[in-house]
Amino acid sequence: MARRGERAARLGSRAVQIGFLLALFILWYLATNRWGVNRLLLPNPIAVWQQLLDVLKSGEYLPDLRITLTELVAAFALSMTFGTIVGFFVSRTRYTIRVFDPLFAGIYSIPIILFLPLYVLFFGLGPASKIALGATISFFPIVMSTIAGFGNVDRTLVTAAKSMGASDYQLFRYVLVPAALPVILSGLRMGFTIALLAIIGSEVLASLAGLGHHIVQLAEGMDMARMFAYVAFVVVIAATLNGVVSFLEARGRRRI
Amino acid sequence: MNSALRNYLLRHPGVVRLAVVLLILVVWEIAARFVVDPMFIAPPSRVVASLGAVWNTSGVPAALRLTLFELAVAFSISTVVGLVVGLAVGLRPFARRSVMPIILLLYGLPQITILPIFILLFGIGPLSKIAFGITHGTFVIIIAIVAGVQNLKPILLTSARSMGASRWQILRWVIFPHMIPSLFAGMRLGMSGALLGVLLAELYVSTAGIGHFTTMFTENFDPTKLFGLVAMLATMAIVLNEIVRRAETRFSRWR
Repeated sequence: MARRGERAARLGSRAVQIGFLLALFILWYLATNRWGVNRLLLPNPIAVWQQLLDVLKSGEYLPDLRITLTELVAAFALSMTFGTIVGFFVSRTRYTIRVFDPLFAGIYSIPIILFLPLYVLFFGLGPASKIALGATISFFPIVMSTIAGFGNVDRTLVTAAKSMGASDYQLFRYVLVPAALPVILSGLRMGFTIALLAIIGSEVLASLAGLGHHIVQLAEGMDMARMFAYVAFVVVIAATLNGVVSFLEARGRRRI
Repeated sequence: MNSALRNYLLRHPGVVRLAVVLLILVVWEIAARFVVDPMFIAPPSRVVASLGAVWNTSGVPAALRLTLFELAVAFSISTVVGLVVGLAVGLRPFARRSVMPIILLLYGLPQITILPIFILLFGIGPLSKIAFGITHGTFVIIIAIVAGVQNLKPILLTSARSMGASRWQILRWVIFPHMIPSLFAGMRLGMSGALLGVLLAELYVSTAGIGHFTTMFTENFDPTKLFGLVAMLATMAIVLNEIVRRAETRFSRWR
């Protein structure tokens, strides 16, 4: 009986969610087709859908997508490498943790996007400034979670392994890494999400190419239907990438 | 002597932290003075010396005030909306189950892609910055409050009700005190979110705010002033963050 009630409640909440999305689309449709909201502010949903199909069919998104993904991969590779290495060495003693951890946390509380003009000045408008900014922004969650992961390994485990004669490598491979990995993985996932946001953001603000740049170009050309189509495209890409990373994280956790 | 110094440093990691920061500044100073083209980077000593000049550049104090004003409005509205929506959604299990996924979905979207729409809707003035700040600040506050209300023990509500507390009394004396820590945690995240939103919109396009000046200093290859302005904003961000963090620890002390 209780089970049935639970299922009914779940169905009810699903219905509310679907109803919400439907109502949103109907409102959108009515607003553009019936109530005469300006097309420059809100394009027709059907026009957006057609533009989206056209974008996907023509494949014109490929060069921009390739640039954005290349920037993302490069930035994440940099922040992952430096973040985990720096984090590991800082976590080696309690003292270095106490010296460096507040430093990283303090810098992380500044909105690093502020430094975008400096990055553009230094690395130019091309992909280099996006990679550098994305790497900087995603470095902090990764380094802090690496410090937290390695720093909070149960002392008993380390002592036990050492007293049983584990070599440094064995200690690292079979004790430290498995114990720290869950925390590090969630830091890596956060870093990835933030790197993606930073890269699309800096493409919107100042760039020569990439998906964010393309959206701005369409907005400035007042091509709103196509711009909405691109926004939807980017949102789907971002959601897919985040989903893939969450999946990898869950798998990595299970592996240990 | 040597061991005394060693002991002192071991007991005060903050001193070493300060030394690390100073070391970075020295390396930066040397790099900026002798290695890198002065068109692109300014040594910290000159940046500090130029702070007065930046402040005296006509329009800069007004721009900083404008940004602070946009942030204050965006943050206040985010807090009120986040609190109301968070309570409305969090206190009813059905609403929580059905609406929370939608809120989490909206929160996860890369909002920066719709920044041009905000500019079209609200113009290039302060209004678009405030609106963008609100959309960045509200969701984290909603999520924090829903999480905080969710942890409320049902027995507290039941016992309050059985002792004859009215709805308002329950809200004021049971829910409210339990919500305070998560409200402030949410407000801290909401503050950095709103600041991020306002700054993104400022950097994208602005006629009077700090975005205008960062563009101007960059285009004139005047890195000293640019670094100075960024330093001022960073200080502002740190101070605001610290204020909210202090408030958070202060108001969660009753636990």
